[in-house]
Formats: sequence, C-alpha cells, structure tokens
Amino acid sequence: MKHAHLKSLLCLLVGSVGLLWLQGCKPKGTQSAVSGNAAEKVYVAPGKYDEFYNFVSGGFSGQMSVYGIPSGRLLRVIPVFSVDPEKGYGYSEETKPMLNTSNGFIPWDDLHHIAISTTKSEHDGRWVFANGNNTPRIARVDTKTFKTVEILEIPNSAGNHSSPFITENTEYVVAGTRFSVPIGENQDVPINTYKQNFKGTVSFIGVDKVSGKMNIAFQILTPGINFDLARAGKGNSAGWFFFSCYNSEKANTLLEINASQKDKDFIMCVNWKKAEEYARAGKGVKKTVKYAHNTYDEKTHTATSVMENEVLMLDPKDCPDMIYFMPCPKSPHGCDTDPTGEYIVGSGKLAATIPVFSFAKIQAAIAAKNYDGQYDGIPVLKYEAVLHGEVQKPGLGPLHTEFDGKGNAYTSFFVSSEIVKWSIKDLKVLDRVPTYYSVGHLSIPGGPTSKPWGKYMIAYNKITKDRYLPTGPELSQSAQLFDISGDKMKLLLDFPMIGEPHYAEAIPASMLMKKSQKIYKIEENGNAYAAKGDNFARVERKGKEIHVYATSIRSHFTPDNIEGVKLGDIVYFHITNLEQDWDVPHGFAIKGANNAELLIMPGETQTLKWIPEKVGVFPMYCTDFCSALHQEMQGYVRVSAAGSNVPISFSTGKTTPDSVTTKTSN
Amino acid sequence: MKIFKQLAVLLMASLFIISCSEGTKKEPKPVDVGELTKDVPEVHGSELKESDITLGTPLDQSMVSTGKATYELKCQSCHKLTAEKLVGPGWKDVTKRRQPLWIMNMITNVEMMLETDAEAQKMLELCMVRMPNQNISTDDARKLLEYMRSNDGEK
Repeated sequence: MKHAHLKSLLCLLVGSVGLLWLQGCKPKGTQSAVSGNAAEKVYVAPGKYDEFYNFVSGGFSGQMSVYGIPSGRLLRVIPVFSVDPEKGYGYSEETKPMLNTSNGFIPWDDLHHIAISTTKSEHDGRWVFANGNNTPRIARVDTKTFKTVEILEIPNSAGNHSSPFITENTEYVVAGTRFSVPIGENQDVPINTYKQNFKGTVSFIGVDKVSGKMNIAFQILTPGINFDLARAGKGNSAGWFFFSCYNSEKANTLLEINASQKDKDFIMCVNWKKAEEYARAGKGVKKTVKYAHNTYDEKTHTATSVMENEVLMLDPKDCPDMIYFMPCPKSPHGCDTDPTGEYIVGSGKLAATIPVFSFAKIQAAIAAKNYDGQYDGIPVLKYEAVLHGEVQKPGLGPLHTEFDGKGNAYTSFFVSSEIVKWSIKDLKVLDRVPTYYSVGHLSIPGGPTSKPWGKYMIAYNKITKDRYLPTGPELSQSAQLFDISGDKMKLLLDFPMIGEPHYAEAIPASMLMKKSQKIYKIEENGNAYAAKGDNFARVERKGKEIHVYATSIRSHFTPDNIEGVKLGDIVYFHITNLEQDWDVPHGFAIKGANNAELLIMPGETQTLKWIPEKVGVFPMYCTDFCSALHQEMQGYVRVSAAGSNVPISFSTGKTTPDSVTTKTSN
Repeated sequence: MKIFKQLAVLLMASLFIISCSEGTKKEPKPVDVGELTKDVPEVHGSELKESDITLGTPLDQSMVSTGKATYELKCQSCHKLTAEKLVGPGWKDVTKRRQPLWIMNMITNVEMMLETDAEAQKMLELCMVRMPNQNISTDDARKLLEYMRSNDGEK
C-alpha cells in the first residue's frame, strides 16, 4: 500500500517534470514574444497623434494605405490604381482619366512598392511614388492632399516590379521589367524564341523638381532577364543604381525550376550619370510606342489623359561603361544600399548567405577590368573582387534589408520566418526574432535613406493563419511592429492590413501634418463646371446632354427639384461643395445610377454621369452625414418619356414647380 | 496704394512672361527644396477685439460690392437678404440686432462663438445646423459687414 502510494507520487513528479520540459521546448508563442510594457509603447491616447506616418503598398487591392505608428491605426486608404466607389475615384468624370492606359480604362492593378521623395538621400516628404505591376505604371501621390495626382504608363515593359525607386534628389524614379517581353515592331513571335526575341528595359523617369511632374527621360534596353528590385546609391555611389536580377537562365516556362539552375544570378549596376550623358549626347534611339500619361489638376479637380508616342532608348552596345553585372547568389530579390551608400546588400532568396558588396571595390574592379567574362556583351565583375563579405548562416530565404543608421542591418527571412539583425561592418549576426508568419518586406522609418530615424521596425507578413479571429478561408494580412531602440528587437503589436502589403515607408508625422491641406479654396476652384454660388446653380440642355450645375452646403442641394429630363438623355451632375470647413465633404448619389457616389471635398466640384433607364421620379441625396439635417439633404429628378414635352425646370424651396403651370397651359 | 501694389505685381508678372518667351536657355535656378517643403499651416481666423473694427459713414461702396460677391459665393445658400429664415437667419436688420464685433467673430471664428457665446448657442438651438467656417479672412468679413449695413439701409 505504502509502496503503491510512493509509486504514484513518483509518477506524478516525473510527469510534471516532463510537462515542464515539454513547455520549455514549445516554440515561442505570442505571450512569450511580447514583453511587459509593449501596450504602453503602442498606446496613443485619444486625441493624441502617432509619431510616424506609414505609407504601405496595398498589393492586389491596387491602393496605398496610410497607418499611424506606433498605434497601428489605419488613417487613410488612398486610391491609386483601383477604382474606389467610396471616394468616387475612377467613377467621377473628373477622375476617370487617371486610370486610362494604352489598353483603355483599367480599374485595377497590383501596387507593390513605395518611394517617398528625397533630397540628398533624406526624406523631403513631398511625394509618394508607387508602382502598378500588372499594367506597368508609376503613380505619384501628393502628401498635401493624400491624392493620386499623376499616373504614367511605362511602355516596353511587363510586370513592372523593379519600381519605383528613386535617386538621391528624386532626379529620377526608375521602373524595371520583371517580365521580359518582345519589344519593337514584331511582337507576334513564338514564346519559345525567348532567348532571341525577349528583352528587358529599365526606365529612368525624370521628375520635375518643383511640380513633381514625371516624364520618361530614357529607357535602357537590357538582356531578357527578370528585374526584381532596385536601389539607388547614396553618397559616393549616388550616381549609380543597382538592380537585382534573376532568370539569367532566360527560361520562358516553369521558372520555379528553370530559373533556379545557376549558382549565381546578377545585380546590375547602372552608372545613371553616364546614361544621362549618353541620352543628352544623342546616343539613344527614339522608339515609337504608345503610353498614357495622366495628371490630376488640383485647381480644376480634373484629370486629363494624354497619349504619348515616343521614348528614348539607350542600347548598352552603343553606350560603353554604362552597365555592369555583378554575380549574386541564387535569384537575388532585395537589393538594398546602406545609409552611407558604400554597401549593397543582395538577398538571394534561395541562398544560405547574404552577400554584401562594396562600392569602392566595384569601382576598383571596373577600373582594373577585373571581369569574369561577359553576359550578352555586358561585362560581369568578378564576385570576389567586389565582395565586402558574406553574412554566414543568417537564416533561410533572405528577402529584404532595412537599416537603422547605427551600423546595423535588418534582413527578413521568408522561409525561416524571422528577422535577423546584423552588423554591416563585421557581418556578425546580433539578434533574431520570429515573425508570425513568413515575413516579406520590412520598414524602418527612413530605412532606405541616408538618415534613418530608426526606433521602430514594421514587418509585413505574408501569412496570418491563427493570429486573428478566424474570418473564413481568407484572413487580413498582418503587420508586426517591433521596438528596435535597444540591442534586442522587441515585438510590440500585430495589426491587420488592406490587400497584401509589400514595401512600405515611414516618415515622421511632423514632416507632413502641418502641410496637410484642409479645404480647396472655393475662390480658386477652376473646374469648368463649377457653380460658384447659388446664382450659378442651373440646369442646361445641350442636345441629348443635360448638365446640372448644383451646389451643396449643409444641408441642401441647389437646385433640388429638377424636371425635363427624358429617356435617352445623358445627365451630368456637376456638384460644387460650397463648404469651406475642414472635413465637411458632401456626398451625392441618385437612384439607379450604375456607377458610384461622388464624395465632394469642401470647395471642390465633381461630376457624376447618369443615364436614366426608366420613366419616373428619382431621389438624390447626400451620402456623407453632414449635419443634424443631413437626412433632409435630398431632392428629386423627374424623368419623362422620350417624346415628352416637359420643359427643363429646376428650383429649390419652391412648392409649385413651373412644370405644373406648363402642363395646364398645354 | 493697393492699386500701385497690384500694378507692380502685374508689371512683374508680365516681365516674367516676356523673359520666358524670349527663349534664352539659361541654366535653371537651383530649386530650394527647403523653401518648397516648409510648413504652411492654414489659419482659420483668430478672435477679434472691439478695437479691430471701425465703422465709417458713408459706406465704402467698393467694400459693399466685394462683400456682395463673398455673400453670393459663401453665404447665400443659407442666408436670405430678407428676414426670412432659410438654413440660417435672414440678414434683414442683422446689423441692428447684433454688435459689429459679434457679427465679425461669428463669420471668422464660428467654432469659438458656438462654444462660448450664449447668443450664438441660442441660434444653434434654433437652426440645428452649426454655421460652417467658410474660411473668410478678417478683411473679407469686414466687407461682408459693410454689405450687411448696406442691406439694412445704411448709406
């Protein structure tokens, strides 16, 4: 009896030790990853502001999101490449031209990367650039209005992934092709003639220093490989641009296997100052090709789309010393230059090391013609000659690297789902943290510039799984915020994203918040269809077109009773918001309209096109709660049969419309 | 004086256009990014004091006409010139009911007035719509006041 008792006690003891051991071995869960005062560090009290704006790519949503850091609060979704019915973007007559391309109107794209404008490689925060991957385009967002003000289509390109990255003073935005394609007149070629007929390009888009307006200064014709990511140099290397490339095998099918054959692919080094000289010296050839150039005018609140016809192409064979290839292990993805510009970090996504290249060594190798042969006539620099060193055994599948300005680099690892902090100088691993799960891009405020602000790091994860309450098969993609102010990286917060976040940049709120525009001055409203005051509110017929010039103010439209519209007419509602008060937009919607609402900012004019399909009386109303009498902000449009003789009439506050008397007189 | 200023601006502008159209390709002036990115906060009025406002007779007719233009652009949607209330009260005799300072602060500082002024709060209870800040400068508000005086029959 006693013995049995002892036995069971022993069992219990062994059991609990085992349990303890088991718990110790369990992979670190959420609880253990978060330290004590994490909540305090991300808490932004009601009425207080975040320290940073984080501009995040929306991936397949086609939009750009703006988050506050450290709170992780979503502040704004800026429509860029996709229509946004909520804001009327791509639906109003004024904004439709923004989405025009040489393939016609396209309501969607895949937005991957963000570049905040810089001066001397430091953020100046004037514009945010973004790329459209699918139908190659570059967009520019104005940080005063948080609106997309320009979209430029990139010709001779496909899969515009290696974009948009900028030179130190935002002289150029670059856009590189992910998919090489046949370029030129004969594009109807067998796909398996890839090696003969397919080419890549990298475009250098000039940016006007004052207006920000873009134009393609020149394109460089390259071998038919895939360009993945890019970075400009800084400091000594500021005149150079670095592009990671894969598929140097030039495979056109099953790239998963066929583009992973070679031990090394390349980083392409472009001497863009030299390219610029060649372009000025007339070394380029003008190629005829159509591409759309869309701009949004903040004074007329109207976009225009112009079809451009020509691009200047530089062929490396006519432009010696302009580009060089640098071997880089295993399909490099990220290609990041450190804040000094001396080091270029290549991340072979199938590699087990991180090679770090030295700009000084690149220059020396070029000067000494220390080549390892050529690739399609372009010199390949010797790997050992340009290498600063390799980070050994950092993790599996390195993707992207950001910098804190204190000599440290932070690299994301997709396969091993972690972030590794390492020292640039001696290439030693300093710290590692797990991410939940499978991290893609990283963002440190100012991380890609010569002056990182550091303090935080945000990881944009590809897989969410059990991080949030389940919402069916699809979950919002997840971001994770880390405190990087100390030696160890500390997880602070998870927060959900829109679409799929790829690259993002963060900038101190103080640099943008005071410049943020609050209203459009009604005196400066240059929209051709504006009704600047109720005296200009009217309805006009021009053949089959009916133009309604209406005003809105809390809480009525002028006019709000409209008659004389007939089936077969096309009605344009030009609504001018007469408000001059911050954050008082008025909405506009009419029953049966097959597009979207308008959301009209104070002082702005926007136009909704409506083709009535039925005879009857159609209510219209304000969709954005504007005052206690918002529910009263409504009106009616009467639609008569095609042959009817109801005359055009319009009024506000009239109880006996003219049409009644007209009818009796008939 | 003001006309002189405007003339000078016009002259300078035309000189600029002329020099531009001559087509002499000079090296463009370096862009001052610091200047382009400096903070330009929007200011929406500050509280006015009695001493900021002086009324004169006869009325300044150019002020009256500028005031009328501002009225038509920014006020008319809600305020009639008669005594009839639309969204806000009609303007007939407003200059007899209210002090000039009250009117001016109501135009330029409506948020402050609705928070602190009992009379303004009474108006809100009556109209149920907060009078919007229409981004009117002190100078333009003064001209609106002149127009209101004219509307009330002052000469």
